[in-house]
Amino acid sequence: MRIGVLGGGPAGLYFALLAKRADPAHEITVVERNAPDATFGWGVVFSEETLGALRDADHPSYTEISDTFARWSAIDVVYGGRTVRSGGHVFSAIARRRLLEILQRRCRDVGVELAFQREAPDLEPFADRDLVVAADGVNSTARRLLAAQLRPTLDSHRSRFIWFGTDLPLDAFTFVFRTAEHGMFQVHAYPFDADTSTFIVECTEGTWRAAGLDQAGEAESIAFCQDLFAPELDGHKLLSNRSLWISFVTVRCRSWHHGNVVLLGDAAHTAHFTIGSGTKLAMEDAVALAQALQRHPAALEAAFTDYELERQPVVERFQEAARDSATWFENVRRYDGFDPVQFACNLLTRSGRIGHLELTRRDPGFAAAVDRFFAGRPETLVAPPPLFAPLGQRALTLANRVALAAGAEDDATDGHLAGAAAERLAAAAAAGAGVVVSELVAVAPDGRVTPGTPGLWADDHAGPWAEAARQVAAHGSALALRLGHAGRRGATRPRRTGVDRPLPGGGWPLLAASAIAYTPASPVPKAMDAGDLERVAGQFAAAARRAADAGVQVLVCDLAHGYLLGGFLSPLANRRDDELGGSPEGRLRFPLRVVDAVRAAWPDDRPLWAALTVTDWAAGGLEPEEAVAAARALAAHGCDLIQVTAGQTTAVTRPDYGRFHLVGWSDLVRNDAGVPTMAGGGLTTADEVNTVLAAGRADLCLLDPRTYSRA
Amino acid sequence: MEVGVGLPTTTPGADGTGILEWARRADQGPFASLGVLDRMVYRSVEPFAALSAAAAVTTRARLVTMVVIGPLRNTALLAKQAASLDLLSAGRLTLGLAIGARTDDYRALGVDPDGRGRRLGEQLAELRELWEKGEVGPEPVQPGGPPLLAGGLSGEAFARMARCADGYVHGGGPPRAFAAAAARAWAAWRDLERPGRPELWGQGYFALGDADAGAAYLRDYYAFTGPFASKVAAGNLSSGRAVKDFVRGYEDAGCDHLVLLPTVSDPAQLDRLADVLG
Repeated sequence: MRIGVLGGGPAGLYFALLAKRADPAHEITVVERNAPDATFGWGVVFSEETLGALRDADHPSYTEISDTFARWSAIDVVYGGRTVRSGGHVFSAIARRRLLEILQRRCRDVGVELAFQREAPDLEPFADRDLVVAADGVNSTARRLLAAQLRPTLDSHRSRFIWFGTDLPLDAFTFVFRTAEHGMFQVHAYPFDADTSTFIVECTEGTWRAAGLDQAGEAESIAFCQDLFAPELDGHKLLSNRSLWISFVTVRCRSWHHGNVVLLGDAAHTAHFTIGSGTKLAMEDAVALAQALQRHPAALEAAFTDYELERQPVVERFQEAARDSATWFENVRRYDGFDPVQFACNLLTRSGRIGHLELTRRDPGFAAAVDRFFAGRPETLVAPPPLFAPLGQRALTLANRVALAAGAEDDATDGHLAGAAAERLAAAAAAGAGVVVSELVAVAPDGRVTPGTPGLWADDHAGPWAEAARQVAAHGSALALRLGHAGRRGATRPRRTGVDRPLPGGGWPLLAASAIAYTPASPVPKAMDAGDLERVAGQFAAAARRAADAGVQVLVCDLAHGYLLGGFLSPLANRRDDELGGSPEGRLRFPLRVVDAVRAAWPDDRPLWAALTVTDWAAGGLEPEEAVAAARALAAHGCDLIQVTAGQTTAVTRPDYGRFHLVGWSDLVRNDAGVPTMAGGGLTTADEVNTVLAAGRADLCLLDPRTYSRA
Repeated sequence: MEVGVGLPTTTPGADGTGILEWARRADQGPFASLGVLDRMVYRSVEPFAALSAAAAVTTRARLVTMVVIGPLRNTALLAKQAASLDLLSAGRLTLGLAIGARTDDYRALGVDPDGRGRRLGEQLAELRELWEKGEVGPEPVQPGGPPLLAGGLSGEAFARMARCADGYVHGGGPPRAFAAAAARAWAAWRDLERPGRPELWGQGYFALGDADAGAAYLRDYYAFTGPFASKVAAGNLSSGRAVKDFVRGYEDAGCDHLVLLPTVSDPAQLDRLADVLG
């Protein structure tokens, strides 16, 4: 086969080497625009997994590469005047220039033709080639020419970064966080040989502009960064290689091949540098493509399909992790004031690839420090994992950080809690939950979701709740009673066959912030007038008093799920033109009035929580800043914890049910508003709970028990 | 996990006799269900016609659409067809609905593809309503109508499923892809506070000992997806080992019902598959 390789970076060279080795009859030319010794960037990082692949693919180059490696196993996090070290991570890095030298020499040894300083503005020079491998990097010419077929998308990140070297030898991957006059700057630095390290400086676009770096030339940027990180550089210099401030571009392509052209490495995909995987992914691509061509020597299409089937899922996972990682660095200001140990834990678990269990495996000492910090017991040698740390709330102490929800079966009669429902609450307590969260308990008959929703609008409703609270407490748990009013989502049929199915004949009249039906089939609710507002606030307070008298340990006020109070919060459901609508403050006014009434009726020594919608998952809905402001206001009005929820403000939404989809929102509310939170959203294992808690993303986790109950 | 098999209603070479022979033999074999696909602009047999015929020659297997493209059809007529099939099969229908992947199917029927997701959401709610009201008969044998499954991979699709359906039907792929979709289905179900749990249905393609013919059909069936067709074809399960790994992978991923869809029409495939499944 006659093979043309566009681009003489690591991916192109490595592919050429492997393909030639596999079949010396292949005629292979690598075309590179730069000189053999020109290179950008400093060092590149590999994982153990990649090294294994390189070892199996070409032993001579593996030996040379690994001989010159810098290897280390620690990550240092320099933050808040302290350096926190965690170990067991295992990295290797090599100078990019050295890597290219090795690969160029190996290519020549096996008979690959290398043509440097040759531009290829189009694919014309490859017209006589059976196979064209485009390894021409993030600005790939081939990808641009075949855009219609490959369907690339390019997303530019908001942060700015600059890529330096330094003659400072490091012995760990080092993150430095430094708050300067104009904002936070962070460093990603790692050694790549005995006396040189890569030193990347990053900041948000706003900080970059405020510091005047958008106007700075190369020398000024070096001077600025050297000055800012003088303590870490310790007299060493930053080295520039035409270093400029740039934005990272994430490349994705629907297809990586068309006709006889196939993309490799950065040409096909990029993953934000904060997870340091670009060269690793590119070289793994080269291995996969060379092997696929060996399996299908006479069928390019089949080989390309194999290659994509193998590599695309891997790349997508890294891109997802890279996106989470990049977002973390964009929001790092949020963690100002974190203890350095918890900060480091939050940083290490940012992309979801490493959890508490993996940290414990890598460095038991570090994990113990995290657990000790979390448990607030610095004097102990071994502290319980975060899940088993008690949580104090007013006079109540929850035994652990796991909440279980007792599912709604719509089995109440006239608001009287069913015996089976009480048993579900007790069973969740017996299962070991620190707190058991009830289904919605209506403050009024017209506040029920279905005719089977339990209530607390009458004194004779209280008996079963008192008994349930006693039973739950007997298991060492606490009952959190979720008090609410279904609003325009009321009067629906039992939810076995679907939600928001109106009762035949219309049920009871509905109330809401505004007269907007929830679904096209739902009845139009009445927009609440002054009398309604007064009455409903009173109903909440009266129900809270009954719950208190019944000995319920925690009260949750439901400002979520598109129910009555949640409806007031959102511009999608609240179109009022009085003082209870309009601005975010206006929309929050009535829910706060209800919270005040409830707080006044609820004992001072018992915790009051709020279930709060933080995003409507719909265009024109709540903004994240509004949710943070609402959480802050609720805390000021006596709420001790926010249960973070999303969606359902309207019937049609664009939800994100991705992995741990509420954890990011919980992190936002907890750390921007400074309010304790409970997060749920697909948390199914103890390790996930430990990770979320240890990193300071929530204080309590609502566990979906399906993983454990299936066994 | 139960394992069912597809009817050869989209594969080349199946005639009426062949499809009925297939249904009869599958019903006697170890298969829990018979599944059909839906495409308008293709040489495929209409799903309700195919399952009605299958109902007449089978007594045991569940009959499942994986899926019927809901928004292509008038909802009242769809309700009647499904209720009729439920009656003819003595309550064996499971109705899977989704929006489909092709706009030419919509154009062929003069239906606007815009807003098809929202229409499917409404349709799911209306179907129940129609079955329960009973004005458009017949009364389904299964109380409240046949179980409804909904498919799709967007957040909206999962919300739609949890809002109105009884379960989720996945569109195929490796077990890892199913597991990711199943996690979202669960998350949506919990989010909307539905009692019980979602039924989770998966599917895969097979042609035991006839890989090339099966792959050729898949490349043709998925030609509209461009290069993706080759990937689907590469996933065709063509060895006993591949089928076993796939079945085990789906079981581990929490699948309740897996339907293996044929990519060739030869009824001998049923015996080979039955042997593999043991």
